Amino acid sequence: MLAHELPRLLFGTPGNPLTLAQHKATFASTFNAESLLGELEASGLTGRGGAAFPTARKARLLREQRGHHKVVVVNAMEGEPVSYKDSTLLSTNPHLVLDGAAILASIIGANHVIVCVSRDNPTAVGHVQRALDERQRGGSKGPEFNLETAPWRYVAGEESALVHWLNDNESLPQYRPQRPDILKLSHRSVLLDNVETCANVGLIGRYGAAWFRTLGTRTSPGSVLVTLTGAVERPKVLEVAPGMTLRTVLNVADADPDPQALLLGGYGGSWLDGALLDTPYDNESLAPLGASVGAGIVVVLGRQGCGVVETQRVVKWMANESARQCGPCAFGLPALSEDLAELSTGSRNSTKALQRLEQRCGVIEGRGACHHPDGVVRLVRSALRVFAEDFKSHSRGTPCLGSRSKKYFVAVPRLEHESELIWV
Amino acid sequence: MGVRRRTGGFYLRVNPILCDGFGHCHELAPELVNMDEWGYPIIEKEPTPLSELAALESARYAVRGCPRQALRIERVSEA
Repeated sequence: MLAHELPRLLFGTPGNPLTLAQHKATFASTFNAESLLGELEASGLTGRGGAAFPTARKARLLREQRGHHKVVVVNAMEGEPVSYKDSTLLSTNPHLVLDGAAILASIIGANHVIVCVSRDNPTAVGHVQRALDERQRGGSKGPEFNLETAPWRYVAGEESALVHWLNDNESLPQYRPQRPDILKLSHRSVLLDNVETCANVGLIGRYGAAWFRTLGTRTSPGSVLVTLTGAVERPKVLEVAPGMTLRTVLNVADADPDPQALLLGGYGGSWLDGALLDTPYDNESLAPLGASVGAGIVVVLGRQGCGVVETQRVVKWMANESARQCGPCAFGLPALSEDLAELSTGSRNSTKALQRLEQRCGVIEGRGACHHPDGVVRLVRSALRVFAEDFKSHSRGTPCLGSRSKKYFVAVPRLEHESELIWV
Repeated sequence: MGVRRRTGGFYLRVNPILCDGFGHCHELAPELVNMDEWGYPIIEKEPTPLSELAALESARYAVRGCPRQALRIERVSEA
């Protein structure tokens, strides 16, 4: 391949993955790295699961751990309901992901790779299974590969929850007071990376860091996968270079050219005002605006929609997805959801609800074992900032027109057992 | 009887998974622990200097009095 333009990761046809022979022919290596870790450090690759942690630093930390038995876990759980970049990648280039995982395994000295795919996504499971079978038939050298299918939940994709599931079949996040903290899979140190990160590692191992840095910006090099939904002609997964403006990204997918706002980063992400479309799409430029690329999710909110109602729907679903381990999350998120519900209908208590909402955000933040409540608080705070006018008119008892149009843009899954919610 | 260290500080930390909101810590260490509306502790985020002996003493009471053993004291050498 070795092209200097896009697509890199999505080279091929989604739904029709390359076989191992085709994959080897397409991604022929042109580069022989002396030190893979050095190459990874030079590339400046950041994690694509949402937190954008430098992958090389994580790999170095794991490499310095003692012990002969280490594990690489590839996270393809894809907890965000509006995101399907991971399954698109797995149904396009599964072998690239497996190559990257093998490279990471050789860097840290692991002899075992576990690919975790959600069992509620049978297509992706099938593609991974087929790719693994092909490798086994080929008798290729390298680490041992395993496929695990965990049940899908929002918090099940959190790293400690996933490792806990692999250990004890319980998808619950763990309390980890020390940071950095090494996850353990029955005494074996675990390196956990997102699928897209692994695929990028696979490319860096083949073509080198200098090639990798030809796209993107200095702080976020390479390409990122973006799931674009909401007010667009056709929701799809795009591969973009960080540094492109949001307007360009939206134009590629024929999105609404004049949106009210954008939801960036996922359900635990933040809203961005629609007037700021000329911001470059990378973490460095978005950080001053209180947003981030996150898990590569862009939801376009059209002018007919209402930000208050959309936020309320997302927060209600997120409250239901809490693991209910920590009090501030189990009780706080439903409380936020109730306040937002009062505001979205514009009932007579909504002025008080608005005050309570701001105060509760400060109370909940940073008090859970994982960052699930923090994500919701970030979303609510950004909504209060971006839709300040709407919140004011809602709290006066005159909901905006959009909330009466019953037109929704953010795809929220139906609550499974609405009658069994722990709060009324 | 050792010499009491007067430099540095300490944090009171709660494991939010273990905590069930009994509220004993608020009774035992009111200067360090506040309550939220659901009865879960909101603990001082800044380190308390070790020279505040009364605060350290009540933090110890809170740690020992917690029915879920969810609290612990974490020392920091210099702020």
